[in-house]
Amino acid sequence: MCLALPAEVIALKDDGENATVSLEGVRKTISLALVDDVTVGDYVLVHVGFALAKLSAEEAAETLALMAEAGVPGAENLGGGVEGAEGTGGAA
Amino acid sequence: MKYIDEFRRHDLALNLASAIAAEAASSREYRFMEFCGGHTHAIFRYGVQDLMPPNVRFVHGPGCPVCVLPVPRIDNAIELASLPGVILATYADMMRVPATKRTSLIKAKAAGADVRMVYSTQDALKIARDNPEREVAFFAIGFETTTPATAVAMLQARTEGLANFSVFSNHVLTPPALQHLLEAEDGADAARVDGFIGPSHVSTVIGSAPYEPFAAEYRRPVVIAGFEPLDVMQATLMLIRQINEGRHEVENQYIRAVTREGNRKAQKLMAEVFELRDTFEWRGLGWVPHSA
Repeated sequence: MCLALPAEVIALKDDGENATVSLEGVRKTISLALVDDVTVGDYVLVHVGFALAKLSAEEAAETLALMAEAGVPGAENLGGGVEGAEGTGGAA
Repeated sequence: MKYIDEFRRHDLALNLASAIAAEAASSREYRFMEFCGGHTHAIFRYGVQDLMPPNVRFVHGPGCPVCVLPVPRIDNAIELASLPGVILATYADMMRVPATKRTSLIKAKAAGADVRMVYSTQDALKIARDNPEREVAFFAIGFETTTPATAVAMLQARTEGLANFSVFSNHVLTPPALQHLLEAEDGADAARVDGFIGPSHVSTVIGSAPYEPFAAEYRRPVVIAGFEPLDVMQATLMLIRQINEGRHEVENQYIRAVTREGNRKAQKLMAEVFELRDTFEWRGLGWVPHSA
């Protein structure tokens, strides 16, 4: 029931309250009543005919980059890490 | 599809699986409950459980607003639809859900009740505009994801003076249900759950902050996750790390759509239109205080 699909905004309606989105080429009119500052080219999460949220391209890219190194969001704020790992060279 | 296909990538799944296998301590079990049916679906459809080491298990949670709706509410909807002069507008999800005596909305429709499937509350409003001589009742159901759409429709109906539009509300709130689960889970005979995979799209609306009191009080980590298989796997890794480090915080894996504050506009609309009930029945959970 809480399914929501990412769709690209391809046109804003003149009334300012609705937009046309494209979902794999299927066009649909959705309501913008729940979001602010949506522009053409944005991706929004569409649920029961309403845009629920704008998707962040930067955060999506960061999530994928973290998955590639098996990291997790927010880990950079936790401190620690492996930077201080012991070297393997000979004694100084 | 952008924002979907990338989060189903095979290579990244294997990467996350090996990190989970490496970091999950073999000396203990990890039992995580996914609250949402959307996560359960991803776990089963993509075989996520099979990518986990044997000591990392998913405990399936309450599910979805359709699953948790008690049968008498569907009986009520069928009764409404069967009244003369009434059109019942409903999301398609409800049509085939069995009610008592093997009835359902789709069977009631076949028997002559005027039941109309709608994709959006906007479609239900249109039915009301097009049928001024009929009473249009919208069978409103959903978690916080879906509730704002009902709120918008009610305000529109008031603005337009649509006196023949009404709402049969079955909207429920997820944080009280999570609290209910945690309270039960604290009981001696309850299944042990070490952490929670938190709702995706509910959280786009309410944000991650509402889970913080539960994580602190019940000392269980909560990680909000998207509905794609890689999202579930990354959230699982985050839960394992929290447990290994003795933390019990709310973390957000679904950063591309969820913020700590959530959707303020949607929250304001819900607060304007809805009142909290003292209690509401959830199928499988029983009566949950202040949950609807």
